[in-house]
This record gives sequence, C-alpha cells and structure tokens, in this order.
Amino acid sequence: MSQQLLDMSESPNLTVSIDGQAPASIAQMRDMPSSVGPAPFHSILFNGNEAKTRRETPDAPPFFADLNLDQIVDAITAGKQDYDLKPFFYTPLRDPDAIRYRQEVARDLENESVLGAIRTFAHRMSMMRRYFVLANKLDYPYHQAGWFLEAADVYCEAVAGLVDDLSSARIASRGLAAFHAFLGAYAASERFSKLLTDARKLKADLASVQYCILIKDEWVKVRHYEAEVDYSVDVEATFARFKQGAVNDYRIKLAVGTGMNHVEAQILDLVARLYPDIFASLDVFCAQHGSFLDPTVAAFDREIQFYVAYIEYTARFKQAGLKFCYPDVAATGKAVASSEGFDLALAGRLVGRNSPIITNDFYLQGPERVIVVSGPNQGGKTTFARTFGQLHYLASLGCPVPGREARLFLCDRILTHFEKQEDITNLRGKLQDDLVRIHDALDQATSNSIVIMNEIFSSTVLQDAVFLSQEIMACIVHLDALGIWVTFIDELASFSEQTVSMVSTIVPENPALRTFKIVRKPADGLAYAMSIAEKHHLTYHHLLERIQP
Amino acid sequence: MKVFLMYRDQDFEPKRQLPPQGAALTEDLELDTLFHAMAGGDPFLFEMAKQAVFSGSGDLDTIRYRQAVLQDCLNNPAVIRDLYQILLEVIERKRHRWMGIYGRAPSSILGSSVGMVQMFVDLLKKLRQIADQHARQFESEGFIRFFAMLDEELDDGYFARVDDHLKRLRFRDGVLISAVLGKGNEGAAYVLRKPHERKRGLAERIFSRPSSAYSFRIHPRDEHGARALADLQDRGINLVANALAQAADHIDSFFDVLRIELAFYIGCLNLAEQLAQWDEPVTFPLPAPADERRFVVRGLYDVCLALTMQRRVVGNDVNADAKDLVIITGANQGGKSTFLRSVGLAQVMMQCGMFVAAESYQASVCQGLFTHYRREEDATMTSGKLDEELSRMSTLADRLIPNMMVLFNESFAATNEREGSEIARQITRALVERRVRVFFVTHLYEFAHSWFQSTMGSALFLRAERQADGTRTFRLVEGEPLETSYGKDLYEAVFGAAA
Repeated sequence: MSQQLLDMSESPNLTVSIDGQAPASIAQMRDMPSSVGPAPFHSILFNGNEAKTRRETPDAPPFFADLNLDQIVDAITAGKQDYDLKPFFYTPLRDPDAIRYRQEVARDLENESVLGAIRTFAHRMSMMRRYFVLANKLDYPYHQAGWFLEAADVYCEAVAGLVDDLSSARIASRGLAAFHAFLGAYAASERFSKLLTDARKLKADLASVQYCILIKDEWVKVRHYEAEVDYSVDVEATFARFKQGAVNDYRIKLAVGTGMNHVEAQILDLVARLYPDIFASLDVFCAQHGSFLDPTVAAFDREIQFYVAYIEYTARFKQAGLKFCYPDVAATGKAVASSEGFDLALAGRLVGRNSPIITNDFYLQGPERVIVVSGPNQGGKTTFARTFGQLHYLASLGCPVPGREARLFLCDRILTHFEKQEDITNLRGKLQDDLVRIHDALDQATSNSIVIMNEIFSSTVLQDAVFLSQEIMACIVHLDALGIWVTFIDELASFSEQTVSMVSTIVPENPALRTFKIVRKPADGLAYAMSIAEKHHLTYHHLLERIQP
Repeated sequence: MKVFLMYRDQDFEPKRQLPPQGAALTEDLELDTLFHAMAGGDPFLFEMAKQAVFSGSGDLDTIRYRQAVLQDCLNNPAVIRDLYQILLEVIERKRHRWMGIYGRAPSSILGSSVGMVQMFVDLLKKLRQIADQHARQFESEGFIRFFAMLDEELDDGYFARVDDHLKRLRFRDGVLISAVLGKGNEGAAYVLRKPHERKRGLAERIFSRPSSAYSFRIHPRDEHGARALADLQDRGINLVANALAQAADHIDSFFDVLRIELAFYIGCLNLAEQLAQWDEPVTFPLPAPADERRFVVRGLYDVCLALTMQRRVVGNDVNADAKDLVIITGANQGGKSTFLRSVGLAQVMMQCGMFVAAESYQASVCQGLFTHYRREEDATMTSGKLDEELSRMSTLADRLIPNMMVLFNESFAATNEREGSEIARQITRALVERRVRVFFVTHLYEFAHSWFQSTMGSALFLRAERQADGTRTFRLVEGEPLETSYGKDLYEAVFGAAA
C-alpha cells in the first residue's frame, strides 16, 4: 500500500523515497516546475523578471566572516535548517525592482494577521511532512493508513486555512497577491475538495471508536467499552487528603507514536473487526488519494520562510527598542545615509545579556566616498565599519535593515580587508601577504564596489603604514568606490575631499567610559584614560533616594 | 491533611535559602551557639532551628500562634517527644526496610508504592493512638486543630478503604483498560477501568446485550510479544501507579512536614531545659506592630553568652519606647556589644515565635533585621577597610525599607574620627528619616555628641557603666556620651597599672 501514498510520477522533483531512506526535506522540494495556475505566480522570492534566472548560492561570499554576516545568517536560519535557507541569504539581488518585490512581501508580513497565517501554514506543512515520512516507514497497513490520513488531513488544513486567512488579511505586495490568487483556484479545484471532504469524514468516524482490552496472563480480549469507571481517579480520591504540595511525577514517559508492535497491530485488527465499515472506507481513501502535494505550494512553503526567519530574528531587537527600516536602494548615485543603524551580530550578543545597544549614524554626500574612522580603542570603530557593510548587504537581499531610515547603494560587490593573524605556513611576510590580498581585492573593485578596510598595517612601522595607506587610499579614491576605513593613521582622515573623518568618542567627565558613539569630526588623536567615581552612593541624599519611604 | 503548627494556614518550608543578611546575622549575633543549644547534637535539629529562626516574620498573629503552640509543648514535653519518636521511626523504617519508590516500569512503581503505603498506614495508626490519648491536654489553636484533624481523617472506615485498594491493586482478575484510536490509528487514552461487579442476576446475564469480543493469545515462547503486552499493561496502570506513588510521597511528606515543624519546638524544649539549669528566666515577649516604636525590656540578657559561660549572666533594663535610635557609648568591654547582641537575639527569637531571654520583654517587630559590624580583617585584601565597610553598607542599603532594623557595631571607625562621624551621621540620619530603627554602638564621640545636642528627640543614649574605681558592671545606664572610652583602663589592665 505504501506505493500508493504519493505518486511520484506526477512531481518528479519530489524526492521522497518510498523506502524511507531520505526524509522529504524542503530543500529537496525546491525548483519544482511551476504548476499551471490561473494567476501568473512564479515565486515569492523573485519577481517575474528574475524568476526565470533565480539563483541560489551554495557558499557564503568571501566577506561574510569579516562583517560577521556569517553569525547573523547562522542566527537567522537557526531552527530552520529543514528549509535550507542559507543559499537565499548568500545571493544578493542586482535589480532594484527585485528588491522592491521582496520589500513589499516583507511589509505585508509585518502585519500580524498575515504573519500568523504563514506561521500556521508552515507549522501544518511541517507536520504533514513528518506524518508522511512516518507513514512510509511503517509495517502494518492500518497503522500506515492512519498516518497517511493524518498527513492528508493536515495538508488540507494548511491549504484551506491559508486561503481563508489571506482572504481576510490586507495584502499589498505583488508577490502575496499573486500567490493568494493561485492558492484560491487550487483550493477550489475538484481534486482538492474531494480530498478534504473525505479526510474529515473519515477522521470523525475513527475518533468515535472506543474499546476495552482485558489483559490476563498471556490472553488479550478486545471488546466494546461498557462505561466502566476510571479506577485511577478512585484511588487518587482515596488518598487526596494527604496532599502536601508538589511531589514527584511518577508517570513513566512511555514511548508514544514511534511505531506499533505486533501485539498492538493484532489489537488494531480486532478493533477493525469491531468497526468493519469505518475501516473499509479507510482503505478506499488511501487508494483514491495517492499523491496530494502540489509542487507550487511546496516551493512557497520553503521560500516564504526566508522572510519569516528574518522577521523572527529581528523581533528581539525591536522588543529592545531598536528600529528597522526599508532602505531606499539605488544602483545609481552614491549619496548614502543611515540613522540609528547598528551591528546586527553584536546586537544579537548584547540583547541576550540585556546590555544596551548603541546606534550610530552616517552619511556621504556630494563628492564624499570614504569614511575614515579613528579614535580611542575599544570605542566601537570596527563595529561601525561592520554596520556599514551589513546594512548594504542586507539591503541587497531585500530585507529591512537596522536603523530608523536608510538610503543605500546597490553595489556590485563588497570587498573587505580585516587584519588577520599571522599565518605560519605562509612564507610571504605578513606585510607582503597583506599587500597581495589588498591588491587582489582592489583588482576586483569597480566604481560600483564597496571597500571596507579595518586596521591594516598596524604591525608595520608608522612611516611605512602612512605611506602604504595613502597609496591605497589614492587607488580607492581614484576608483570612485564607496568605502569605510578604520585606522589609527590620522593623516588618512583628511586625505581629500572624498574622505570624511569620523571619530569614536568618550565621556568628557570620565574618559575611561566609552560611549561607542562615532561622530563626524576631525581626528584629534587623543585617547583618555582616567577614571573617578563616587563609589558607594552612601551620602545622606543618596540614601534618601535609595531607600524608598 | 495539613500540619500547620508553624503557621495557621500554611506549611513551613525550610528549603529556602537563608536571607541575604543571614551569614552576617549568624556571625554577629553568634547564632550558631543558639542553634547548637537547640539541636543538642542532632544535625537535623540544628538545621531546622536555623531555618525556623530565620523564618521569623513581622506578622504578630503568626508570632502569637507559635507562642501558644510552644506553650503547649512546654506543658507536655513527654507527649511532644513521643510524637517526634514516631517520625524518627518513619525514617528508620524507610532506611532499613524500604528504599522508597523505584523502577522504570509502572508495574514496579506500583509494587513498591503498595509496600510504602502499607508501612505508612501502620505508623498513621500509631499517630492516631497518641491523638486519642492526649488531645484533651492541649490548649493551643494549632494543636487542637491538629489532633481534631487526625481524629476526623484517620477513622477506622478510612483505614478499611485503604486496605481494599491495596488488595485490588494486585490485579488478580486481570487488568481492564479502555482505549480510543489516536493519530495514525494508534491506541491512545489508555485508562484503567474498575470492572463491573459480577454479582448480576441470572435474568440480567441472559438478557444483557451480547457484546462481541475477540481474543488472542501470545505464544508462550514469544518473548517480544510478552514484553509488548507488559508495555500495554504498563500504559494502563501508569496513572494508578503514579497516583499511589504520589500518595506514598504525600504521606511521606506529611510525616516530613510534621517532623520539620516539631523539630523547631523540640529545639525550643531543649533550649528551655538548658536555661532552666542555671535559673535563667525566659518569657514570652509581647510583640507590637512594626510601625510603632516599642522597646521596654527588663533583665534582657545575651542568651548566647549564658550558653557559652554555662551560668547566669547580667541583664539590662531599658526603656526605648518611642525612640527611633539608640546610641550606645562608653567603656571598652563594658557590655556594649553584649547588649547589642542581646537586642538582636531577642528580636529574632521573638519574631520566630520563641520565648526570649529576659524577665519581661515588649518590642515592636521589624520588617527585617540587619547587622553592620566592623570586621576584623578585609579577607579579600582588594579594598581598604573603610571601603569594605562602605561597600557592605551599600549592599545593605539596597535592601532597606521602612520599619526595618539595623544594628551597627563600631561601624565607620576605620578612618579619622571627624570623617567617620560625618559618614555615620549622614547614614544614620537618612535611615532614621526613612523610618529604619537603629541601634548604634560607637566610639565616634563627635557622631554621638552631635546627635545628643541636636533637637531630634527620638534618640536614646546608653552608656556602659563604670564604677569610680574603674571596674565594670556590664550594665548600661542612660547617659550622655562621654569623650573617652577608657581605653586607658584596658591598657592598664593588660600592661599593669604601674606602666
């Protein structure tokens, strides 16, 4: 019977194996041919133009580690491994309209009722897959049929529920509107309606079955239930007077649902004899509804999780009072700006510890191309540079970015150079190694690239560092690329009209305190180290404040 | 069935951590000496004495409730010790005959639970007997309720019902389980059923609906099948095994709670018996509400000092009614610290419902008692001495609310007198204004003197007494702070007058 559970010939990309070797992970359900539907729906991630060329990138881009984007994507996709979402996060978009297509969908999903609808749908689809895989692994026909029925039933619920939920929600995005039209037509099809009616009737019938088992020595008797009372309740009532508060739970967690042994199977067969009609219609159901999963529905189920994962990840930051915005993304014009942006990876660690998260602003206008960040150590300079890169990358995915508002540049590539630990196996000296890597990076750079440099040449003698830095800066400026450069070399800050100086700041009264604020001002080369505090707050006035009347 | 000998309407739960100030209180008031006296060498009694003493509340009703129960104990020490003996037997039997409830299968849990319950039932019967014999001798609300409860809940009819269950749970006629079809047609909602009684009339048997039934048998050599059947049976009896095991646990914890609550009173009996040896007086204190300022004591002595010296010690008479602040100055080794400790000890003993070490004692309860004593050494060496004192004070300040009480002993003296006095003055002033009661033993003359001169009438000044010849009486008298602390006396006593 298991051969009939899903008719593979209808959807060749569904690699669910009948012998149960490979679970039907969503990843394997991707790239299915779009079903011919009444509405021109292609994909929830790619608009009509890009749908035909939609890509997934198997490996992370090279700058991911430097910008801590690897941590961010790991955190976003954690718990959603089944959907294999990383290839989407590794693939930036090139077309501003494709970005807007995603931003529209993401905006729709900010509506709780839309997001709730998708969550419910996703949950049901994942149950469907679990039941389905389970059914394929089982040995006893009525047991198998039972789980197949569950899978079909929860699939019906998923589809019908989503159609209803989306109908009552306000949808503005092109993507969701097209999908809703497609799904409505599918749900109204005769094939789907029959599946739904049959499944519900059968479930209700099976739920009405109740029976008794009498076990004595090696004999088992199966018969109808005759309203005998619950004996445990009786015993519990007798001893209730001794109740003293919480005690151990002695209920043994008896393994449930992982299968059926031959004794249970024999009992089930006898139950089937007690209720012959119901079990006959179960056989018919399995024969008629072999394959029920629509490939477009399956692809949507995976792709929509790209948005859900991101929304779920950002929720914790919004809760902490941080803002996200839909950036204005343009492929032309290099004026960029962001207010209240922050490093999403760092924020992820801080938010878990309830530490405050400092946001920063930046803008580049007119001829300005490169931000040069200097100032005290541990002042948040590297974080600021990462934020710059993260914002641009996340924007190119069509995701909302950290900050209150942002206008960002749709670059062709991001190039980073963060100083690395010396590699012993590398025979070239460290300085030479750095230069080779920088050269390679600049070779790839175009006027549409973004270059991010972090504390390079810090182990070189100052004179060399100044010279080399100025040379490289000249290259970047000549390219007319956008960039950010964290450095201890003040000279870079005033390199040309294309460079802008920003400095990490300190609290004037307590130079030991870092504000993690990076502001536009000339590099002053000063680093303070002093600390003084009124330690114990035990003066009369302090105490009056501390002890509430 | 609830014990309720510590509270009128709740169990005493000792597993809580000591309050944050517990360690300092224990050290500064030398509470371990008190606990040892109450324990009489029994570590459990020691722990319970500690827990009970720290369970003190500002609730006058609870204090009076325990005082009455304790009075009953003092009147009937032999009965109380007999009751306690049963609880020791519970532990003894568990240790030697039953290991408790164990097993990974419901059937073994059920089996061991039946055994446990059977054993407990025997001891419950003993408890009932004591109640039958002595209940009339008790007068406190707590004991009257307790004995009435035993009488009502543990009657013969009840014991018979329990015996019937213990017999049925051996399942001589097989195990009857009902079930429904869950997801995937797997059996679910297994419920153990009580079979219908078989004594039906002949006519009923003939005309009752013939219900279809199918049977099968596991082959004797089918071990896998036998295990499967046992599993199924386990599903059926899982809940009843749990119910009985929990019943055993509940009875066990009833005995436990009784043992814990009686432990406190046994501790009090032990302490009373020791103090009686030296004719030291004890009295039930008259507690007053926390927002009043009552403190009238006669013959208040340091119970820990008496226990250490094994003899009667000097007591003090003090009237600090309507005072927010008591400042104690005067001669070194003149009894200042002893007095401060006697105040703290009486306060904690009163608040946990004990008698106190005095001839008579009336005082307001407090919302929390804290001590701030000058420490000998800074153990961590990370900060200076004053710094350490202030950081402790800061921690303490975080916990203070009005109507708490703080005992300072030589605090803030780790700097010169002017600065120390200023710190002490500011802190004390803020505390008093926030309605925190303060007892302050100090050598800081400027501090004490400025309070004495100020118009604030809410302070009482006590001075360690000294005779004209320099000998100390260890009694405190009311009096203005004096400028010297007779350190010279001490020096002379140690180095010889001729020096």
